[in-house]
Amino acid sequence: MQLNNHNTHNGPASHNSRLVYINNPQRTNEEYEFTGNKITTSKYTIFSFLPKNLFIQFHRVAYVYFLVIAALNQLPPLAVFGRTVSLFPLLFVLTVTAIKDGYEDWRRHRSDRNENNKESPVFQIGKFRPKRWKDIQVGEVVKVCADEAIPCDMVLLGTSDPSGVAYIQTMNLDGESNLKTRYARQETCFMPFDGDLISGVIRCEQPNRNIYEFTATMEMNAQKMSLSQSNIILRGCQVKNTEWVVGVVVYAGQETKAMLNSAVSPSKRSKLEQQMNKETIWLSVFLFVLCLVVAIGMCLWLIRHEQQIDTLPYYRKSYSIKGKFPGKPYKYYGIPMETFFAFLSSIIVFQIMIPISLYITMELVRLGQSYFMIEDKHMYDSSTNSRFQCRSLNINEDLGQIRYVFSDKTGTLTENKMEFRKASVFGKNYCNSSMVACATQDNAEITEPAKGKNPKSDVIVDPGLMGLLHKEIDGDERIAAHEFFLTLAACNTVIPINNQTNSIETELHQDLDYQGESPDEQALVAAARAYGYILFERTSGHIALDVNGKKLRLDVLGLHEFDSVRKRMSVVIRFPDNNVKVLVKGADTSILTILRKGHDNDNITLATHHHLTEYSSLGLRTLVLAAKDLTNEELEKWQLMYEDATTSLADRSLKLRETALFVESNLRLLGATGIEDKLQEGVPETIECLRQAGVKVWVLTGDKQETAISIALSCKLLTPDMHQIIINGTSESECKTLLPEAKTEILTVDGSVALIIDGNSLVYILERDLESELFELATSCSVVLCCRVAPLQKAGIVDLIKSRTDDMTLAIGDGANDVSMIQMADVGVGICGQEGRQAVMASDFAMGQFRFLRRLLLVHGHWNYQRMGYLVLYNFYRNAVFVFMLFWYILCAAFSTTSALTDWSSVFYSVIYTSLPTIIVGILDKDLSHKTLLKYPKLYEAGHRHESYNSFLFWIMMADTIWQSLVLFCVPRFVYKESTIDIWSMGSLWTVAVVILVNIHLAMDVQRWVVYTHASIWGSVALTFACVVVLDSIPVFPNYGTIYELAKQPTYWLSILLIIVAALLPRFITKSLHRMFWASDIQIAREAEILRKKRLFYGPWKWR
Amino acid sequence: MDVDGGGMSTDINNININHPLHARSKAIHQFTQQTLPACKPVLTPAWVIGTFFLMGVVFIPVGLISLHASQSVNEIVDRYDIDCVPDTFKSNKIAYIKNASTPKSCHRYLKVDKPMKAPIYIYYQLDNFYQNHRRYVKSRSEDQLLHGLRYNKTSSCEPQAFENGLPIVPCGLVAWSLFNDTYSFSRGTKKLKVERKNIAWKSDRNHKFGTQVYPFNFQNGSFIGGGKLDKTIPLSEQEDLIVWMRTAAFPSFRKLYGRIEEDLEEGDIVVVRLMNNYNTYSFGGTKMLVLSTSSWLGGNNSFLGVAYIFVGSSSILIALIFLLLHVKNPRPYGDTTYLSGNRKDISS
Repeated sequence: MQLNNHNTHNGPASHNSRLVYINNPQRTNEEYEFTGNKITTSKYTIFSFLPKNLFIQFHRVAYVYFLVIAALNQLPPLAVFGRTVSLFPLLFVLTVTAIKDGYEDWRRHRSDRNENNKESPVFQIGKFRPKRWKDIQVGEVVKVCADEAIPCDMVLLGTSDPSGVAYIQTMNLDGESNLKTRYARQETCFMPFDGDLISGVIRCEQPNRNIYEFTATMEMNAQKMSLSQSNIILRGCQVKNTEWVVGVVVYAGQETKAMLNSAVSPSKRSKLEQQMNKETIWLSVFLFVLCLVVAIGMCLWLIRHEQQIDTLPYYRKSYSIKGKFPGKPYKYYGIPMETFFAFLSSIIVFQIMIPISLYITMELVRLGQSYFMIEDKHMYDSSTNSRFQCRSLNINEDLGQIRYVFSDKTGTLTENKMEFRKASVFGKNYCNSSMVACATQDNAEITEPAKGKNPKSDVIVDPGLMGLLHKEIDGDERIAAHEFFLTLAACNTVIPINNQTNSIETELHQDLDYQGESPDEQALVAAARAYGYILFERTSGHIALDVNGKKLRLDVLGLHEFDSVRKRMSVVIRFPDNNVKVLVKGADTSILTILRKGHDNDNITLATHHHLTEYSSLGLRTLVLAAKDLTNEELEKWQLMYEDATTSLADRSLKLRETALFVESNLRLLGATGIEDKLQEGVPETIECLRQAGVKVWVLTGDKQETAISIALSCKLLTPDMHQIIINGTSESECKTLLPEAKTEILTVDGSVALIIDGNSLVYILERDLESELFELATSCSVVLCCRVAPLQKAGIVDLIKSRTDDMTLAIGDGANDVSMIQMADVGVGICGQEGRQAVMASDFAMGQFRFLRRLLLVHGHWNYQRMGYLVLYNFYRNAVFVFMLFWYILCAAFSTTSALTDWSSVFYSVIYTSLPTIIVGILDKDLSHKTLLKYPKLYEAGHRHESYNSFLFWIMMADTIWQSLVLFCVPRFVYKESTIDIWSMGSLWTVAVVILVNIHLAMDVQRWVVYTHASIWGSVALTFACVVVLDSIPVFPNYGTIYELAKQPTYWLSILLIIVAALLPRFITKSLHRMFWASDIQIAREAEILRKKRLFYGPWKWR
Repeated sequence: MDVDGGGMSTDINNININHPLHARSKAIHQFTQQTLPACKPVLTPAWVIGTFFLMGVVFIPVGLISLHASQSVNEIVDRYDIDCVPDTFKSNKIAYIKNASTPKSCHRYLKVDKPMKAPIYIYYQLDNFYQNHRRYVKSRSEDQLLHGLRYNKTSSCEPQAFENGLPIVPCGLVAWSLFNDTYSFSRGTKKLKVERKNIAWKSDRNHKFGTQVYPFNFQNGSFIGGGKLDKTIPLSEQEDLIVWMRTAAFPSFRKLYGRIEEDLEEGDIVVVRLMNNYNTYSFGGTKMLVLSTSSWLGGNNSFLGVAYIFVGSSSILIALIFLLLHVKNPRPYGDTTYLSGNRKDISS
């Protein structure tokens, strides 16, 4: 890469890092020119558009098929269609797609241009002067003012705030609306920005797409300091609540993290489409057989007429003796070749047997279906102002066949709006009386007035605890309580935002708004505030608290962030009296093991443990708090380790973890907290409804077993009468015995069984060969609850079902920990919640509330499945009936692949004559109203039974197709037997008849006639007539004038009527029989629905 | 692709649908919520039985009328291709037809069984002649028929586009194989007048075949396919050619030759004097002469009438069966207790 042995920096990591000389773009870009800040999201330029767009388009198999067919047709012996005609379908599709792509690209060009021509002040020749974004280079110093967008990824040097804090909104990047703090290093934030005085070197990683991490070091005035995620501001974010910030550009243009992240996730294939592909193979077999019949027929015919073909008036294999090429064969290549050519040209004639256009139709239909899902106001979440989102356009119909729902708990079943409910301080439980009782206590002067926009502030204060806090600081219990709330207020990453400009003077801090990445932390800080420990300021170096009116400034010496291995976080804090303390909070298991051992501590630990179990059985989320005083030696040792860890480029996180483990030991237990995570609205109803619909709901959560069970009980997933089988294995052998035991247990129990299994056991089960046993066990239980599972285990469980059954799986979650599960499942649903947008980004569908799942599956899933299943069958039929009709005719044209239809009509058939109605019906038809579907969840099982699309239906449909094509062929054949009918009249009759036939066929199956359905179906018929009339009005076509002569004859009209009635008769009879005597659930529900409507309309008396 | 509803949304819940100003938003609301006013047909027994009855009631009369029409048509069909070959050539018909010096004239006597009203259409019928063969159908040039020699891109006419190095007008196999048997009719001693004009479609005569296009270098080769054309008459008036060029849809077809504008009485003997020029012997085809009257429905083909009657009566039959089944085994309409989920509850 760059600078392998630079004069000053030749450390081991130097070849892997980039060097940025602050305010010295020339030197920065000297050895290796970094990408400029110009961005291009557009794909094409004017010159590259045509070749590149075509190249991209031909990546689709469908287009290659079109191309091969068109190319075959260009060979002289195969020219079935005229040259332009054969290219029409391909050109049509290519043009439409190219126009669409071109328009999209033009818009991208426009937005690129806007973006690139924005201006920002850049430090040039001693002053900040405006410069266009596209000209900004790495190494330059840029100033960004409040509410402005950030032009590139920059390391903060200074801000308008003396402490170096900057607030940014990262909405465009990760969708989180809360403000984030970023810090300028103390060393740089006091530098003047009015001369060429700024200089230094930043050594940072190569550009990468991880927006949550940044590792770099900065060397300035011979001082080396570490830079991390909190020192960088990224392109795409906005500066908020800060007058200005100044930073040095480290990544620009395409190399910014925002641009590197603009990639799309891999697409999924719907199950119906997979099954459809199987049937497409059958259609290819049909195509092959038809072509083979024609080829063999041709071969036999030629052998029989071998002696005659030279003189046959309608064959004449050679030029005449005195012709252009005397006596030479004309387009005749011998019987084997002729047979082969007959095969190829029949492929051209029968090409639409493979419904390639179906893929395009399906895409359009899904687009329309998605529109209606997005627009559904019942799936609009007004509290977060978020609509339903369709992020994937390939799997709409899968929603109608879901068997298993894998749900996350926090943020999905629950709101993820945390409320502080219970505290256990020094072994004493507070607020264990009913919460209402607590709330009635008169503590209005302490409790914050609840503000609507800040739901975290309505904390109910326990008077006992409050009383304890108002005592003098004396005694272990009092000190523990003090430290307890200090930890709540200090050990977090929450940022207090002052909405009132000078509220620090007003002492009340009423307008403090806490913004943080974790809702738990926000709840804890809000709780601390309610108890008088108000966090009102946070900078990189210190935090300021207001403890019952007294201001307390605490220096934060270090912060060990939460990670999933340690499962705790800690801060090292220096108090004004120079005492240094470590404050820790974390999951119970992770802290209870590192406590100081001692006689009286054990009692407290025991009591706290007791409380923890109680809390989690109430469904509360628990955290344990602990603290420790650091001695000077410990502090020094820690400081050395911390310094080393934070300034290192490589293995920083590992070193940091070691440092953390060093201080997080021998802790003094302070207490525990219980936070309530409220159930989302409508969760129990939704789960009950899904259960009735035959969908199994599995909950996979990272929470404790007790919490998980209590939440499951409150959302009606578990019922008290359910038999619970709990598997908590701690070793492989234990799991091996537990599983068969559980299986035998199931056999003895009657009634429903719930399986509860924890992450530990899953480790042993999923990684060993016990998977299949778990599968058998889990599928025989009606409810499965997995607790304490890691993100990858969630995916493993989804895979357990997905790989062993054909059943469709759906995973729903809201957090980053659900991403793997969402991507693994057949359908991934993201909840736009409190925990960021990673889940949404990885999902196929995203929505605001869990309860929308009911409507998504039962209503939209059902509709989409019905529509798509019918669409596929109908399209198969529509194309096959046409092909068979051509085939029968070829049999009586000496196998010579003559088509009676004009070239244009053959090509227009699937593109213009019959395409629109199927799209409209595929988008707008619906069998049942949403009310009925929600009222009878059982109707969802139609999807499980594959009622709309299965092999049986396919074969029935094919039989019907052959009957209909025979009628189409035979009626005119016999009506015009030994008559003067000419080939073009015949073709004209067939064109009109087949179009009317397939449209009436469709009309017979339409369940809901709206204006658009009428317009498209009858419009298509009219359009076909119009096209036939136009085509017959052009004198250079051999078919000139045909329709005018035909329309005069009553025979023509009578034939068409006979064709349609006779062709549809078997279908109508079967359909009626089915309706009357073997009605499906959907049909009965439909009748009931219409009956209900009529009753409403005419009054009940008439229909009783 | 990614369809994203985005964050912005109009609050459709608050729309006052009674207000006339909001008619548009009401329509949009109905559209997006998929609640547009709709007709939802259900196949109730009444509808099904009614439909079948209706079909029967409509189809049977139509069938009867059609059948009557087709049976009112009288036609005389006479196959002459074998009988018109002299006995000496019976074993070698091809030699007979290819030899230009053999006499081709032939007499046929057609007895009129039923009176025939004018106009009586004269058709010739060929069998086993694949006018719909792809090589044949394509072997023509519409532009040349309209523009004549001015149009020279006649590659589609191969192998019959050039002869002796000169272009042929009209080119192509279709024109080359023009049918050239001729017929004249007499009743007793009186010649029957045969109208040979207006046998082709008017549109063809006026717009498809050029009025200034004259046959050129036609049928000049060594291998004669069929009839010759009068070089002095423009193509638009060569009606036999125009009729022939409307290639038939099936290998057995009729083409209009002319009309007799006189009634024929029962018992009349029509004497046909024909020139048996056309070679169908080399490919085993047959030639027939057809005299036929016409009805509003066309020729003597009872298929349409029979089919209509058959479909109509089976509809009535099906309607009766359905009625019987329904009466014996009715299912309460729209009774949700018949849902599969509920059925279990009933039985248990």
